[in-house]
Amino acid sequence: MNSSMIIYTAISLCATGITAAVILYLVARKFRVEEDPRVDAIEALLPGANCGGCGQPGCRGLAVAIARANSLEGLACPAGDAATMPAIAAVLGLEAGTRVPRVAVVRCNGDHDRRPRSSVYDGYPSCVVEHALYRGEGDCPFGCLGLGDCARACAFGAIRVDETTGLPVVDEAACTGCEACVKACPRGIIEARARGIKERRVFVSCVNRDRGAIARAACGSACIGCGKCARECPFGAITVERNLAYIDFHKCKLCRKCVSSCPTGAIHEINFPPRKVELTRVETENTDTPC
Amino acid sequence: MLKTFTPGGIHPPADKLSSREATVPLPLPERVAIPLSQHIGVPATPLVKKGDRVKAGQLIGEAVGPISANVHSSVSGTVLDIEAVVDASGYARPAVVIRVEGDEWDASVSRQESPGRHLSAFSREEILAAIQAAGIVGMGGATFPTRVKLSPPPGSEPGLLIINGVECEPFLTADHRLMIEKSRELLIGTRFLMKALGVEQAVIGIENNKPDALAGMREAVMKHALGIEVCPLKVKYPQGGEKQLIRAITGRRVPPGALPISVGVVVHNVGTVYAAYEAITMHKPLVERVVTVTGKSLSRPGNYLCRVGTPVACLIEAAGGLPGDTGKVIAGGPMMGKALTSTAVVVTKGTSGVLVIPESEARRQPARDCIRCTKCVKACPMGLEPYLLMTLGEYRQTEALERARVMDCIECGSCNFTCPAHRPLLDIIRLGKSRVGQLMKTRKPS
Repeated sequence: MNSSMIIYTAISLCATGITAAVILYLVARKFRVEEDPRVDAIEALLPGANCGGCGQPGCRGLAVAIARANSLEGLACPAGDAATMPAIAAVLGLEAGTRVPRVAVVRCNGDHDRRPRSSVYDGYPSCVVEHALYRGEGDCPFGCLGLGDCARACAFGAIRVDETTGLPVVDEAACTGCEACVKACPRGIIEARARGIKERRVFVSCVNRDRGAIARAACGSACIGCGKCARECPFGAITVERNLAYIDFHKCKLCRKCVSSCPTGAIHEINFPPRKVELTRVETENTDTPC
Repeated sequence: MLKTFTPGGIHPPADKLSSREATVPLPLPERVAIPLSQHIGVPATPLVKKGDRVKAGQLIGEAVGPISANVHSSVSGTVLDIEAVVDASGYARPAVVIRVEGDEWDASVSRQESPGRHLSAFSREEILAAIQAAGIVGMGGATFPTRVKLSPPPGSEPGLLIINGVECEPFLTADHRLMIEKSRELLIGTRFLMKALGVEQAVIGIENNKPDALAGMREAVMKHALGIEVCPLKVKYPQGGEKQLIRAITGRRVPPGALPISVGVVVHNVGTVYAAYEAITMHKPLVERVVTVTGKSLSRPGNYLCRVGTPVACLIEAAGGLPGDTGKVIAGGPMMGKALTSTAVVVTKGTSGVLVIPESEARRQPARDCIRCTKCVKACPMGLEPYLLMTLGEYRQTEALERARVMDCIECGSCNFTCPAHRPLLDIIRLGKSRVGQLMKTRKPS
């Protein structure tokens, strides 16, 4: 063992390193990927939650898609706030269309009192699996299964399943309207509706399309498709199709006449100041309904 | 050395409580609900309306399109309504509800075998027409229209008919009793099906845990039939699966995605054969079947000949009533059956059994993490990797699932049965199958 061995080793190692560095440099020059600098700029403006609400594989995916298309046609971040899309449009030198801010709304109010359990499900705790197996623990084949696929889909922690009612509850402040929960729900119960003036909303909290008697037998507060609300509505915002009423939020003027006309209490109002006279009438009607 | 299939398979406890109970006819219920969709394919179109009087054996639903089956009234009485009734799937589907009045049969049905007419007097077309008219479907549970299975696609060469008398599901004994009590009729039915297919050879596969059925069928074969062989099989679940049975008897392997006819074999269940016998010799449509009503907590487990459309509650009543500690009622066997949401669900052409499970055994064990023991891989009769399919299904890797051959899964439940961590493998695999199915549908036009 002598010192020359150490010296030769060090020299050959350095030589190998330098050669490899030169090769790497040349390869990197030759195979350089030209990336649009706007992609990084756009990505920086996006929320970075990778919620998938836009339909692209994460925020980077949307940024690449926007930069490649060089337009905002059909490409928008549903999760970002009002400033997001105009900012991205400015990067591209385009005009952004205005988007009505939306919020997730749960269209099922069949809690355990209104929709009694008739069977027990103890399989894999996921709504899609239960939906594939049978109609659910209650008798309503359209209603919420309560296993929280929506809550797991939410990247913002804005939706959770209430343990006492077994129904999802939306945290309106946290909800970005990205529609990830809308896509996760196998029964199409959640809808992204316009946030409305002063966060006020009126909607039919039911998606049951069975005939009235069958729907009512399954759930005490099901929409029975009677059409009272549609006749009551002065703005023609309500349509009844296949035994189910739907309120078009573009036409609805939040007058709340439909809410008090509903015989089953399926139409809900959110964020309105409490009523004085009418509310008591609605309440007595509701308590009279047999489940 | 007895024959059986490879790979995989499991040995669940047999629990055939009712194998010594002779089949008894069930008294007619007060009302029946006859679903218009008791088969794979398009539901039948109703031919009756509210208030109509019908007789037993009368056509009340007509087959639509090539894969569909006729539906007949199983009782005489008045049609109360055509409404959506919850079936074993847990969803409501249209059914004809009939109030039972007396037991009057349609004039075309003879209750006795037409005497003097020899087997050879029936032509192939006549046999197929009788099976089509009678609305016969595979009675092992898959309910695939029998007529379609008896008309092999052009270019294929059926060489062997296999009669499935395996009944590998624990608890069930309906096919077992049929083989003991109706062995002669089954052989005549088999000859009919051989003629319809144009094959010279038939094998009846029976697991050797049914020695009485084996002896009875063998004796009948010695006496009557030519070209039919009885093949005893080593007990293993799911030997009653079509592909497993073909593998066990012939050693042939049905390629993935292909039908048994691709290896020259057609398989029919013994129940189907008996229904075909009745349809051809008596013009009797498929309106009744043997159903095993069983469970360790029942006081009188047994086999009942009951009309299609009879509520499950009537069967359980006949077997001694629903025990107080019942946790689950299953239509079919414990491995592949479906838990019912109500005992008002009715018996259909494909219902082979009603199984009552006490509360103490009904609940699933909580699932824990996969420990990579590969028991499920060893148990899978299709040579798949259930643990991988479950993981891919959980992460929605639909294309990877397709590559992992998820569509080959026969949903026998062997993986679930064998998993020491109680993982719900089959639930997720089924979900994956439906996703891959949708994916394949979207791809079809291109």
